[in-house]
Amino acid sequence: MSLLEVDGVKVHFPVKKGILFDRTVGHVYAVDGVSFQVEAGQTYGLVGESGCGKTTLGRAVLRLVDITEGSVVLDGTDLAKLPEEEMRTFRRRLQMVFQDPLGSLNPRQNIESILSEGMAAHGIGSNQDERREKIKTILAKVGLPANSLARYPHEFSGGQRQRIGIARALVLEPDVIICDEPVSALDVSIQAQVINLLEELQESLGLTYVVIAHDLAVVRHISDVIGVMYLGALVEEAASDKLYEAPRHPYTKALMSAVPVPDPEVEDLRARILLTGDLPSPANPPAGCRFHTRCPWKQETRCATERPELTDDGTGHKVACHWTAEIEAGTVSRTGGEVVGAVREELDDRLPVEPTL
Amino acid sequence: MSLQATTKANKVDRLAELTAQSETSAGVSLWREAYRRLKRSKMAIIGLVIIALFVLVAVVGPWVAPHSPSAQLWRGEVFPNKGLFVGPRAGNWFGLDNLGRDEFSRVIVGARQTLLVGVISMLIGLVIGAAVGALSGAAATLGGKVGQRVDTVIMRFTDIMLALPSLLLAVSIAAVMGQSLTTVMVAVGVVQIPTFARLLRGSMLAQGGSDYVLAAKALGVRKRRIALTQIMPNSLSPVIVQATLSLATAIIEAAALSYLGLGNPDPSVPEWGVMLAQAQRFFDNAPMMSVYPAVGIIITALGFTLLGEAMREALDPKLRG
Repeated sequence: MSLLEVDGVKVHFPVKKGILFDRTVGHVYAVDGVSFQVEAGQTYGLVGESGCGKTTLGRAVLRLVDITEGSVVLDGTDLAKLPEEEMRTFRRRLQMVFQDPLGSLNPRQNIESILSEGMAAHGIGSNQDERREKIKTILAKVGLPANSLARYPHEFSGGQRQRIGIARALVLEPDVIICDEPVSALDVSIQAQVINLLEELQESLGLTYVVIAHDLAVVRHISDVIGVMYLGALVEEAASDKLYEAPRHPYTKALMSAVPVPDPEVEDLRARILLTGDLPSPANPPAGCRFHTRCPWKQETRCATERPELTDDGTGHKVACHWTAEIEAGTVSRTGGEVVGAVREELDDRLPVEPTL
Repeated sequence: MSLQATTKANKVDRLAELTAQSETSAGVSLWREAYRRLKRSKMAIIGLVIIALFVLVAVVGPWVAPHSPSAQLWRGEVFPNKGLFVGPRAGNWFGLDNLGRDEFSRVIVGARQTLLVGVISMLIGLVIGAAVGALSGAAATLGGKVGQRVDTVIMRFTDIMLALPSLLLAVSIAAVMGQSLTTVMVAVGVVQIPTFARLLRGSMLAQGGSDYVLAAKALGVRKRRIALTQIMPNSLSPVIVQATLSLATAIIEAAALSYLGLGNPDPSVPEWGVMLAQAQRFFDNAPMMSVYPAVGIIITALGFTLLGEAMREALDPKLRG
């Protein structure tokens, strides 16, 4: 059994209207049936464009938003059904690192106070001296100077603030840490430091991560397994290398082909799949396959009527598409979208280069 | 050359100083930073000087006033064309009022009543308003569906209070309670309750949606503690500013109520609003009798307003460097 099992999680936000009495006029289907498992000591990456529901899913796993349906099982305990006080004490085992390092730290608390907050809530350490000692060892682990204790969040740099955010999660000695865009607010040079820190900590403390990000390079670097989300649901899930080398779902293909290659010649020749249209509103998702309104391989049958299940092809590579096999065999052809590549016309006849990172 | 060398040496010194500062472990909290900014603000200094003078006069007034505020000081003077009024003269710097009392002493002694009314009515508004607002804000952000109902009920109630014109509300309260200084304080204080309640609630609601509150929830911090250590300290700035500013409005409102005849009926205890009301009848003959208490009210209100505005700037996180 996996350490963390998310099964059929749905998060629907009611849309309310009315002057005196609120009336529910519809729902935003932010997360609409997502299942995945994370093994102990591994990193599960969640990617997808803005608004696809990945942050909401992360918060649902921590039960920071109400779960409409489905279960989140951590080590045999279903969080979705826990009473409030038990959930509160259970939070010790499941922590979060936030996207905005400054916004997620209380500006009026100093570092010692911020880091003690969780320990006090869970009765770790009998007095403040004991807690301070523990905080000092954690600060050293995340690479912050020992004299940080009395300082306030605004006195630190962006990277340091994110280290504080990581330390705050670590003091509780959790099993799983959900990292919601842990580096997207940081400079590229700092991103690498924080990613490396996360990896070191995983190794030394045996942590399990769920990393939510839109940066494909970051996710590939840190994840063992990656799930690709589109409009509230997973469309593809595979081991990280497999997914990047051979994406199977049309959406993943388009996503991967958007990653630029740092070699001008290859970049010029590279085929890129351009999607048309915008992400549909999660308040009114399309029937059938969520992606059929933008899919370059949309077919006459099934796509618009039947919602594809995430199915395993036998090797652990899961895809939610009716036509994957046919697309790969070349028996169905592209019906929309646009493939661009070969910027220089005389090179048109050369084979398009496969997207690589 | 030597000049350059000194500047360079200065720079090095300054750098060393800065590094030393950044290596000390004591952090600078936002409150302390706000205090630093406040100290640098001219507006705050002027406001504070005015307030300090006002408080000083209010405290020591009865002892330093040259005459008793109720003693009649005529020396058989009645001017045919000016009535009973005696203009400024040595010993009576502001002249005598219609009953022959020393206006200067009355203004000085009157400061105490004005300060008392201002501070106590502000405290009534602040304490009750902040309690109601905190309850409402905490219920709305952390109380779930039940909490949101509670919040709605409280807010509709404050809406009703806000819908009544403040002076009308104050007059109604005064009408029920009768004519006294307590009436004025309660009336002015009650009028301020919805303002404080709405302000704190709104501020708490804004903070309640922030990431650090979510982070505290994720940590498993108890709700009461989240409200007290996370949301409240970050929601107080606008309330502090409002409290300072409302001292100014409280003084003006109290004067207005006294002017309408709802203030302290005891003529031996002078109060600026009452003095203003009485002087109005003689405005043609002795305009200055109205001007003295009016200027007192204006300057005091200005002092509190200046300090309040300076505090708003000092506490505004958007100006944080």
